[in-house]
Amino acid sequence: MNINTLKNDFPFFKNNKLVYLDSGATAQKPQIVLDSMNEFHKSYCANIHRSAHGLGNKATQEYENARQTVSKFLNAKTKDEIVFTSGATQGINLVAYAYVKEHFKHVIISGLEHHSNIIPWQIIDKSLHVIDFKKDLHVDLEHFESLLKSYPNSFVSLVETSNTFGITHPIKEMIQLARKYGSKVLVDAAQSSVHSAIDVQDLDADFLVLSAHKLYGPTGIGALYIKKDLHEKCKAFQGGGGAIKEVTYEKTVYMPIPYMYEAGTQHIAGAIGFASALEYIRNIGFNLIQKHEQELIAYTNEKLLHVKNLIRYTDTKNATGNISFNIKGIHHYDLGVLLDKQGVQIRVGHHCVQPTMKSLGIKGTVRISFGLYNTKEDIDKFFYALERSIKMLED
Amino acid sequence: MNETINKYKEDLEFFDDVMDKYEYIIDLGKKSPLLDEKDKNETNKIKGCQSSVWFVAHKEKDKLFFDTYSDTVIVRGLAFILAQIYSNHSPKEIQSFNREELKILNLDEIISPVRLNGFTSMLNAIYAHAKKEI
Repeated sequence: MNINTLKNDFPFFKNNKLVYLDSGATAQKPQIVLDSMNEFHKSYCANIHRSAHGLGNKATQEYENARQTVSKFLNAKTKDEIVFTSGATQGINLVAYAYVKEHFKHVIISGLEHHSNIIPWQIIDKSLHVIDFKKDLHVDLEHFESLLKSYPNSFVSLVETSNTFGITHPIKEMIQLARKYGSKVLVDAAQSSVHSAIDVQDLDADFLVLSAHKLYGPTGIGALYIKKDLHEKCKAFQGGGGAIKEVTYEKTVYMPIPYMYEAGTQHIAGAIGFASALEYIRNIGFNLIQKHEQELIAYTNEKLLHVKNLIRYTDTKNATGNISFNIKGIHHYDLGVLLDKQGVQIRVGHHCVQPTMKSLGIKGTVRISFGLYNTKEDIDKFFYALERSIKMLED
Repeated sequence: MNETINKYKEDLEFFDDVMDKYEYIIDLGKKSPLLDEKDKNETNKIKGCQSSVWFVAHKEKDKLFFDTYSDTVIVRGLAFILAQIYSNHSPKEIQSFNREELKILNLDEIISPVRLNGFTSMLNAIYAHAKKEI
């Protein structure tokens, strides 16, 4: 398989000549994903888990196959450990309400968290403790352990890879540490899952969240892994059709997880497209994906060395998936606008990590993020457009 | 106000390439007068803008004058255009001026929808100030 021809799998790139370096926000979708969703709508569009007819059975079968595919992707023990959600954000909110609210007083998070791993804990009114990061933005494990000691049996919720700085936490080590102090752990794998294989059994995670749209799948669908041992401790989140065994005016008896958490008609086409995207990734293989991304990052890093007045926040050589920077004296917003006008799509701003930005004393950064379709030619075009923008903006 | 709008319309139309239009706006931003540090406060900050924009008005005789500043040079240039259009007019003239007239500048080609909200907030601030002065 030639990684440099993978761009041809994505119709987006056939329709324009844009340089897309914003896969950290959302990835483009391969034709195979669009086809699988289209096929559902064209050939067997029916509701799941409730129809007596053959079409409904076919749709149910494909939806449950999709759950099995996600389960395999994460190496879960059983497919019942996989709940379809609208995305990673909903997954964290679900865990907050359905599990953490009742069982924990304290929540420990890292200093690089997305707002979606901060706000849910504030909504359920938990004491939030933030692990310090070191000068190079890597996690301070000693501080983590001191928090665990001070607040044993707390809930720990950690992003695996930072959406802004490409830093990957030593997540397995952190889970082991959390275990020593009786904590349960949620892993936000929204950014990391597209760059390396995840094995929930090896990690020993209690919960893990994904978003399909960052994995070359559709928007509006994601998955929440809930370790089987914890199913009985999780209460209902939202009620509705498909989630129940029996309803009377007095009470409701819920279905077991995952169905308890899938009330109402689900994003069936989304789940099917999600599974296609995971199959697409599996066929390419993480070895090839990682090799390609590491080459792109090394190439970008080399080129960044020649950019004048560059401000880095971490060691970009070892970044996973994205690199953030600023140019001294130039506002990130101005760079974003001018790069866009030159056909280069990147993201500028606070990237939904305002507390981290505040800790660093900045309002935002320029972030480039990579997908498997990116090439060195894309990087060259980015740097050409960056240099032109800087020339226009500098005093 | 129409005269100033037409001047900027002609200037912007002179450039075929969108990057040249931006160069022009950036140039205006770089040349726009600086605000005093003491004026860059929360009271003068315009709500609804993603980047920080400050807006200060003063009255000379019966005319209003506006000074603006933004931490981004592109927004600074756009804010400068607005300030030039509405400055040196009485509060009544500003109040009665239909903001739809600004559409001939085709600024929505230049400003993203999110930034357009900020632009509208700046305009609202100008009209609100004029109303207060009547």
